[in-house]
Amino acid sequence: MRRTVALLLVSLALVATACGDDTQPANDTSFAGDAATTTTAAATSTAPPADAITTSGVETTTSALETTTTTAVAAKVFPITVGSDAGPTTIEAPPVRIAALSATHVEMLYAIGAGERVIAVDLFSNHPAEAATKPALDSFNLNVEEVIATDPDLVVLSFDPVGAVEALEAVGIPTLLLGTATTLQSSYDQMKLLGSATGLEAEATQLVEQVAADIDAAVAAVGDRAAGITYYHEADPFTFYTPTSESFIGQIYGLFAMENIADAAPDAAGQTFPQLTPEYIVDADPEMIFSTDPSGDVTQYEQREGWGAMQAVASGDVYFLDPDIASRWGPRLADLVAAIATALIDHVG
Amino acid sequence: MIAPAASQRLRPAPAMAAFAMLAVAAVVSVITGAADLPVRGVVLEVVDRIPLLEVDSGFTARQRDVLWQLRAPRMVIGAVVGAALAVAGAAYQGVFRNPLADPYLLGVAAGAGLGATLAIITGLASTPLLPAAAFAGALVAVIVTYGLAKLGGAGRTTATLILAGVAVASFFTALQTYVQQTSSDTVREVFAWILGRLATFGWSEVLLVVPFVAVSAAVIVAHRRHLDVLAVGEGEAAALGLDVGRVRVLVVLAATLATAAAVAVAGLIGFVGIIVPHAVRLLTGASYRVIVPLSLVGGAAFLVFADIAARTIVSPAELPIGVITAFFGAPFFAMILARSRGAG
Repeated sequence: MRRTVALLLVSLALVATACGDDTQPANDTSFAGDAATTTTAAATSTAPPADAITTSGVETTTSALETTTTTAVAAKVFPITVGSDAGPTTIEAPPVRIAALSATHVEMLYAIGAGERVIAVDLFSNHPAEAATKPALDSFNLNVEEVIATDPDLVVLSFDPVGAVEALEAVGIPTLLLGTATTLQSSYDQMKLLGSATGLEAEATQLVEQVAADIDAAVAAVGDRAAGITYYHEADPFTFYTPTSESFIGQIYGLFAMENIADAAPDAAGQTFPQLTPEYIVDADPEMIFSTDPSGDVTQYEQREGWGAMQAVASGDVYFLDPDIASRWGPRLADLVAAIATALIDHVG
Repeated sequence: MIAPAASQRLRPAPAMAAFAMLAVAAVVSVITGAADLPVRGVVLEVVDRIPLLEVDSGFTARQRDVLWQLRAPRMVIGAVVGAALAVAGAAYQGVFRNPLADPYLLGVAAGAGLGATLAIITGLASTPLLPAAAFAGALVAVIVTYGLAKLGGAGRTTATLILAGVAVASFFTALQTYVQQTSSDTVREVFAWILGRLATFGWSEVLLVVPFVAVSAAVIVAHRRHLDVLAVGEGEAAALGLDVGRVRVLVVLAATLATAAAVAVAGLIGFVGIIVPHAVRLLTGASYRVIVPLSLVGGAAFLVFADIAARTIVSPAELPIGVITAFFGAPFFAMILARSRGAG
C-alpha cells in the first residue's frame, strides 16, 4: 500500500511539473486599481485603421478629412499593447467580438461606436437599450469558460476577484481590467484606452471632449450659487455607507463646491466610503439629500424616525438620481452632472 | 470508536475501487464545462502528451489552452485539496480519538483562514509565504483548541473537543472578518476565497500546494499503524512501546500543514475531513491502515466530483464549492454524531 500511495503522489507531482512547462504568464498579484498604468497605456496608439471600421460595419462620425488621415497610419496601429489595472496586454487585430462584462464599459463602447462589436454584456447592462438584448453573463460570479464559449477576441472587466484575467490571458484572450474610476480623469482615460484597444481612438477622444464640455456647461449654469451647500448622498438606505468628497461621486458634487456631511464623520479618516449612523445624518441636517432609490418615493424619508424634522425633508429638498447613472463612470456622467445641476437650480431658486 | 468488522490490511478491491472513482471523476471533470471540448479530442490530447507519441487531436489552439491551462490544473488542484483535507480529517480523528474531528470543526481551517487573509492583505497572495502564514494560523488554532478541550478536564467527551473547536473557529473568523473589513480594497478578493473556491487556477497554484500536501500525506501514511495503536488507548499504546507524545505531535503537525496548504489555495471548504474518512470506515472497517490511504484517494475523487457539481448546478454561474461539501457534509455530520452518542 505504501508503494501505491507513493506512486499516486509522484504521479500527481509529475502531472504538475510536466504541464507546468506550458507558457505561464507572470503571476500578477496587483489587481488593485492603478490609475497611473491606465494613463500611460492610453498614449501608446495613434489612430483607428480604416479596415477595422469597414469590416465591423461600424458607422463612424469622423469627417472625410479625418478618415483620409487615419488610413495613412492604419498599418502601424495593430498589434497594440495597452495596459490596464491587471498589467499590459497585446491586441493583435482590431477586436470584432468584445465581451464587455461591465455596464459602464458597455456604455463607453457604444458611445465610441463599437456597440455592434459587443457580443456579450454584464447582467446589469441596460443602456443603450440595444445592449440589454445581447447575451448577458454574471460578472459578479464569473464562470471563465462561459466567457470563452462566447468566443471573444477582447474581454473587458471592471473587477476580478477570482483571477479571471490570468485565466483568460492563459488561453490567449486579451483582457482589460478597468476598475472603478477614482477621478473624472481616470474615467476619461478608460474611454481613451477602449478607443485605442478597438482602433476607434479619434471617436474616443471626441467622446471625452464632448462629455467634458457637457459637464463644464452644467457646472457653469449653476455658477457659484451652490458653494458651501451641505448635502447627503444616500447610496444605500439600509447600511448608510456613504461616499465622502474624496470618492468618485463625491468629486462630482465637488465640481459645484458643495459640502459633503460624510467628510466630518468620526471614522471617515482615510476612507472614501465610511459607514454613517442615522443619528449622525439627522444631526448633521444637510440642506439637500440626493437619493439613488429607484422608486423616487419621498415619503420614505418622512416616515423614518426623526428624519421628518430635517430641513431637506421638511422643505422638499430630497432629489432622486438615476441609480445607474449615479453608479457608473461612463459617458452618462454628463447626465449625472446635469441632474445635480437641475436639482441645485431648483434648490437655490 | 465505531467498529464494524474491522479488516486490518488494505485489500486490492477497495483500493482499486477508490482509484477507479478518482479516474472517473478526473475524466468527467475535464470534459465538463461551458467551452466545447469533445471527449475524443480530450483523450487524444492526453495521449499526445505521452512522450514519443504524436497524435492529432484536431483541437484548435484555444481548445488546447482551455484543456491544459484551465480544466486540467483545476481538476488537479481539486484532487490535491480533497486528498489533503480528507487525510487531515482521518489523522485528527486518529490522534484525538474523536470521530467528529475535522479541520473545519476544530477551528484549524479558520486559523489558516486568518493567516491567509493577513497574507493576502499584505500583498503576499500567490507567494510561498501564503501557505506559511496559513500554517502559522492553523497551528495556533489547533493548539488553542486542544488546550481548551484539556481545560474541560476529566469529564471530557467527544463533544468537548468539538465545542472548543467551534469557539476557536468563531474567534478566528471574527478576527478574520475584522481584518477583511479594515482593508476594503481586497474585500472582494478575500470574500470570493473565503467561501471556498476552485474557480480559476493555473499550474502555479498547483506547484504552490503540492509539495506541502505530499510531505504531510507521506508523514500521515507512514504513521497509519501508530494511529491504530493509539485508538486502543494512550496507556495501552505507551505500554506497547509507542512514543505517544512524539507520534501525536508529528501527525498533528502534518495534518495541520495539509489543511493550511489546502486552505491557502482553495479557501474554507468544510466537511471533507468528516465525510470521506467516515465513508471509508463504513464501507471497509475501522483500521487506520485502510482509512488513511483510502481517504487520500477518496478525498481527491470526492472534491473533484463536488467541483463538477459546483460549476454545473447554477451554470452559467458557479456555486462556491464549500456550499456543495457543506450540503452533503452537515447531514453526514449529524449521522456520525448520533452514532457516536449511541456508542457512548
